[in-house]
Amino acid sequence: MTADPTVAHWIVGPILLPLLAAALAFAAPPRARPWLAAAGVLGALLTAALLAAHLPAAGPLHYRVGGWPSPLGVLLVADGLSLTLVLTTTAIVAAATSYAAAYLHPAPDAPGHPSAAPHFWPLWLFVCAALNAVFLAGDLFNAYVTLELLGLASVGLIALSGGPALGAGMRYLLVTLVGSMAYLMGVALLYAATGSLDLPAIAPALAASPQASLAVALVTAGLLLKTALFPLHFWLPPAHASALGPVSAVLSALVVKATFVLTLRLWHQAFPDLALPAARDLLGALGALAVLWGGLQALRQQRLKALVAYSTVAQVGYLFLAFPLLHGPGAADAWRGVVYLALAHAFAKSALFLAAGVILRVTGDDTVAALPGAAKRLPLTVFTIGLAGVSLMGLPPTSGFIGKWLLLTTAIAAERWWIAAVLVAGGLLTAAYMFRVLAKALLPAAAAVTRERLPPALGWSAFALALAGVALGLATSAPLGLIDIGAPPAVAEAAP
Amino acid sequence: MTAPSLYAFVGALLFLVGLYGALARRHLVRKILAVNLMASGTFLLLIALPATAAAGPPDPAPRAMVLTGIVVAVSATAFALALARRVRAEQGRPLLPGDASEAAQGPTDDR
Amino acid sequence: MNARFLLPLLVVLSSLVPGLVIFALREQAVRTRRLLNMAGATLKVALIAVMLYGVYHDASYETRLPLLPGLDLVLHATPLAMLFVTLSAVLWFLTTVYAIGYLEGSPNRSRFFGFFSLCVSATTGIAMAGNLLTFVVFYELLTLATWPLVVHNGTPEALRAGRTYLAYTLVGGVLLLLGAAWLHALVGTVPFIEGGSLSAHPDLPRGPLIAAFALLVLGLGVKASLVPLHGWLPLAMVAPAPVSALLHAVAVVKAGAFGIVRVCYDVYGVRLTSELGVLAPLALLAAVTILYGSVRALQQTSLKRRLAYSTVSQVSYIALGVAVLGPIATIGGLVHIVHQGVMKITLFFCAGNLAETLGVHRVDALDGVGRRMPLTMAAFTVGALGMIGVPPTAGFISKWYLGVGALEGQAGWAVAVLVVSTLLNAAYFLPLVYAAWFRPPPESWPKDRRPRRGLEAPWLLVGPPVVTALIVLFMGLFASLPVSPLTWGRLIAAREFGW
Repeated sequence: MTADPTVAHWIVGPILLPLLAAALAFAAPPRARPWLAAAGVLGALLTAALLAAHLPAAGPLHYRVGGWPSPLGVLLVADGLSLTLVLTTTAIVAAATSYAAAYLHPAPDAPGHPSAAPHFWPLWLFVCAALNAVFLAGDLFNAYVTLELLGLASVGLIALSGGPALGAGMRYLLVTLVGSMAYLMGVALLYAATGSLDLPAIAPALAASPQASLAVALVTAGLLLKTALFPLHFWLPPAHASALGPVSAVLSALVVKATFVLTLRLWHQAFPDLALPAARDLLGALGALAVLWGGLQALRQQRLKALVAYSTVAQVGYLFLAFPLLHGPGAADAWRGVVYLALAHAFAKSALFLAAGVILRVTGDDTVAALPGAAKRLPLTVFTIGLAGVSLMGLPPTSGFIGKWLLLTTAIAAERWWIAAVLVAGGLLTAAYMFRVLAKALLPAAAAVTRERLPPALGWSAFALALAGVALGLATSAPLGLIDIGAPPAVAEAAP
Repeated sequence: MTAPSLYAFVGALLFLVGLYGALARRHLVRKILAVNLMASGTFLLLIALPATAAAGPPDPAPRAMVLTGIVVAVSATAFALALARRVRAEQGRPLLPGDASEAAQGPTDDR
Repeated sequence: MNARFLLPLLVVLSSLVPGLVIFALREQAVRTRRLLNMAGATLKVALIAVMLYGVYHDASYETRLPLLPGLDLVLHATPLAMLFVTLSAVLWFLTTVYAIGYLEGSPNRSRFFGFFSLCVSATTGIAMAGNLLTFVVFYELLTLATWPLVVHNGTPEALRAGRTYLAYTLVGGVLLLLGAAWLHALVGTVPFIEGGSLSAHPDLPRGPLIAAFALLVLGLGVKASLVPLHGWLPLAMVAPAPVSALLHAVAVVKAGAFGIVRVCYDVYGVRLTSELGVLAPLALLAAVTILYGSVRALQQTSLKRRLAYSTVSQVSYIALGVAVLGPIATIGGLVHIVHQGVMKITLFFCAGNLAETLGVHRVDALDGVGRRMPLTMAAFTVGALGMIGVPPTAGFISKWYLGVGALEGQAGWAVAVLVVSTLLNAAYFLPLVYAAWFRPPPESWPKDRRPRRGLEAPWLLVGPPVVTALIVLFMGLFASLPVSPLTWGRLIAAREFGW
């Protein structure tokens, strides 16, 4: 505990730097906006990395912004969970920023093309700042405000595409507002019961009562709606499939993770005693249905982006499959596994959406039926889809495999056979829809095609994300070490 | 029934009425208003509930939360109304597109 | 970081790195690609020769990289590992030469050779895996790397075969993964140790052990093409000939058979498998596969499909040797890993030559090909006689040890299976050999691509089968030399049975 005390101040960096860049981007000339965005996001990445480097020595950091005490002040928490997600977020947004800069520039002739919209970059940076703020949030109300910021900025980005994205964005907006209200209602009940908003202070003050159970139910329902857990997933596929390539990537890879991580945190840090096994099993069962339903729907989609969006529905289910395993023996491994799965999915899904964006931009058609010849025209992009797909399937040697292996061994050790069965069956479904795409892409085209010339940032940033997803399956000790720091006591004590 | 509990009860009722409206109404403006009703109910509850329990000086935190919440709700409503206008201009009616899977069909099938 | 630590890793990297570079090459970069391929293949053989020398003199080579808390990725050069890794490296070298000749001028070669190298990297990883998790990692990698090769031609037929291949092998992979995860949940890490690593845990419950064994063997049985899990193999014949050669002689089917050997000897161990009584069903499965494969081979009219069913049958000799359980039968099973590999790759090279040079695909079109392509058909004849088990070929050694081992293990029925299978082998191979040499050739061949001068076909295509045929004879004639597979088989059996 002899770490440099000034390090704690860096915790505002991942929130403040993108926010500052966003404010400047409103005023800056269009040409400067991507550079501002890159600076803001890279600054966030660096400060997060600095914090992560200090965390093993310092332990979890609790920081009160401006020194204001609870409950009026804002509490930020930098622990293994939040920094893992902040690092993942900033790394992915950084890659997607370089992609987006190339994607939006030069503007095609079409009027209404998004590069004509001056709002892309500020909204983009708002999403990045809000994501980091949700992950670092240490109190319930602060989490609400940042979730609203995240929701509004995300809808703004979706709506930029115009056309069918408007309706999809509208639906998303209403869903996210209703979800927030349910969450806030739960927060009001929790505050009334405990007199506190800080996550660490709630657990000791909260006794089991009908009011507490209602609060937990409302908070959870609101967050599940925003996370698109089956059967509350209806809004996700149209919204994610109709947004611009880089926007879909960030929405699908990261934005659904924000509410998932908050759920995970609340269940294990704020009210671990109220998270009854039956409730955990319910979430696990919904997760199982999501895995199967999302997988089957993905298999039926004609459009690549819709397929990838349904895949997110399935992968969100995977994350909730871990809930029944997160108490009792083996919970520590399940905790590692579920966080690993979350970041594995983030990298693979962002790579997939960016790759789908390349295909849509080059061919103007992202139906699966139009894929033949793609391997010849866009070899790097098809290779990216392959690598990301392997990680989604949970096959070695990828980060997806590490997460799945940890959950699978925990499920078997706990003799939760249905969870083990869904874990592997979901992998097979994923393989079915991903290989359907890959097989089509490898087919020769009807007409002769040659390799396309593209701005290098498009293909390579997608590839870099897919590669990172594979590399995290081999270099596991650093991320696993980080994840373990400040794992909730309920989980850590159950470690063998 | 004491005044604070009455407020809390009304708050919960408003929340439920709003939730029903957000789900059941089809017109976008009605949906947006319904969400605002949910927000009002929540705010009412947020103020009333601590008051039912605590004696002594009033707690400033719920007030701060409600003020922040109102700011958030106003911005969200403004944004939602603007978006609803765009949806109407695009589709010719202020309604959500038919169903999720249809909307996922893409640019060729945008109704 | 010393040579003992690095060598196993370098063996894997010697094909992985060139493979990854080849992906990035332009299609026209023929010379660079050829150079990379041959440099990698040569380097791998050289590295393995160094390790062979060391292992024979009791040195140990181990690469250990942390993967998860308490779980490492381990590559370990044991005698059993060396048996399979040497086979893969030598045959990869020859298949690379062959593939360069075979694919000359065809499209998508960078993709082909990239995945081809990945396959071999995965196979060497499988061979040297030091624990079950490492094995699973490379086993799945092999599935993924072979699929693009199966669908390489891009025809609807190839895609259908690719779908079937994936359906079988991914489900097999899931079974293997479940079995492996189950064992990990029971005992933590599962290293491969001669005599069986589970013997260190005497109080394990029987039920889960048997269930995990069943999952593992069924998962491996898909790639080893045990009946009824063999359906993907004949379909996969649509792939280009070098792929068929690699899939059927070295990489995929052997990975499955080798995995069964690993699970039986180095995970469960000789004592535990006989205590659990799990070998009898495996022996039955192997016997059924041997007979079924031979009968089906007899019915095929396509040469490649006949060879494929022959593979179905012959690979199960390995499982049979393991399941009969006894040192002699074990030796028979182990040497057959190498012998069957070399003999079958010879046959596939020859089948590829016939198809490429003369357009001959069917077994009834072989009349007189011996006169047109004497070297190819000489090699074919050696391979076929080896499959039948005629002395002095390598196949004779395999069958001799299997037969003697079966008698020693009181398994007279296994001898009967071997005899019937040998008769069937003769029935489906000898007519081909007879027709090739003693029937008059037709007026003209469907096509004839004779090089302007010199050999019957480009030397890149003729060289590899001739070399492998010579190896088949060599392994049979000089079976007791220290470098022969038989000597290694004895060494391994001695260590597994604790002599």
